[in-house]
Amino acid sequence: MAGKPVLYYFNGRGRMECIRWLLAAAGVEFEEKFVESPEDLEKLIKDGSLMFQQIPMVEIDGMRLVQTRAILNYIATKYNLYGKDAKERALIDMYTEGILDLTEMMLQVVISLPDQREAKISLIKEKTKNRYLPAYEKVLKSHGQDYLVGNRLTRVDIHLLEVLLYVEELDSSLLAPFPLLKALKSRISSLPNVKKFLQPGSQRKPPITAKQIEEARKIFKF
Amino acid sequence: MAGKPVLHYFNGRGRMEGIRWLLAAAGVEFEEKFIEAPADMEKLIKDGSLMFQQVPMVEIDGMKLVQTRAILNYIATKYDLYGKDAKERALIDMYTEGIVDLTEMILQSVICPADQREAKITLVKEKSKNRYLPAFEKVLKSHGQDYLVGNRLTRVDIHLLEVLLYVEEIDSSLLAPFPLLKALKSRISSLPNVKKFLQPGSQRKPPHDPK
Repeated sequence: MAGKPVLYYFNGRGRMECIRWLLAAAGVEFEEKFVESPEDLEKLIKDGSLMFQQIPMVEIDGMRLVQTRAILNYIATKYNLYGKDAKERALIDMYTEGILDLTEMMLQVVISLPDQREAKISLIKEKTKNRYLPAYEKVLKSHGQDYLVGNRLTRVDIHLLEVLLYVEELDSSLLAPFPLLKALKSRISSLPNVKKFLQPGSQRKPPITAKQIEEARKIFKF
Repeated sequence: MAGKPVLHYFNGRGRMEGIRWLLAAAGVEFEEKFIEAPADMEKLIKDGSLMFQQVPMVEIDGMKLVQTRAILNYIATKYDLYGKDAKERALIDMYTEGIVDLTEMILQSVICPADQREAKITLVKEKSKNRYLPAFEKVLKSHGQDYLVGNRLTRVDIHLLEVLLYVEEIDSSLLAPFPLLKALKSRISSLPNVKKFLQPGSQRKPPHDPK
């Protein structure tokens, strides 16, 4: 298990950010090698490092893992953030997948054409308000505990915090009707590793710029 | 664990078929309640049975699970089809996600508007031929074993068989350059539970009818 995990991706949030969050929350230091040109991606492909010629890719424990969920699952298991048994894992997976669906919607906005953007943003706000935030508020209300599953920190608290921050970036009023979510957001943000990750100078990535989208288009060809 | 799992979905493959395959391969009998009208869906939502107002939903071991991956992960763990340790699980997850990406592309080619269909099918063929089939052939070649991970049957062999059958439905010549995949397809199809599921009269669903 020599060395830190190495993350291969574009210098932006995209599909790698949730992995950065989870590693940071677990207190794991990691390195990043940024893919900055089509040639960088070509090289990784030629080296046979990318099973499906795609990134994210993470070098960890002698493996070159691709596919965001495979990477997240491995990290969560390794650092004991995946619940205590199969039933807790089922809840964690169910809640995580809902969060990933919402995150995917947000990602689609970023990479969509400008004339589609407004409609997609409206859809996100609608789903956030009527589907996702109520679902998680209801979970917290149902058990009254400080964490979503098993009365202790697991990966899904981290995934939820991350998406709540994106929701807030989109429209800070969306969180207003959800007191338990706001409390969880505050609580998780205060955990030492998370607090550190939230500070300037960490490896957390800012919202993508129009210029970065154009660069990503060239590398990923979308 | 009283009772069989109950699957709530449309009477078609969609996002439930992978779950049907896995239960069948594990030798688990299951019931199905088909959603046949908007009112059926409304009722499930009103009952609070669907965390995100979506199906698939599976009632199993006292839970009402939604989200395909959550359901698959639980079933795979319960029936010991998820590898022996975290590293095997990582490989299983990586391979499974690739298969799910291809399956999603195939689903999109079926449910998209008719005028987009040809382009999407072309994309499926291209990705199958140049990305996915070579990747899995390479895995089998690398270790020479009969199963993708850990030298024994795991969920990903079942997921792979399922998608290979879909690829074959689209264009049977696509599999021709991949001898190890063809051999795996044959081998997994012959396992008793799988063989039974492949026969007429099982709960396996036919290809989507674009209506």
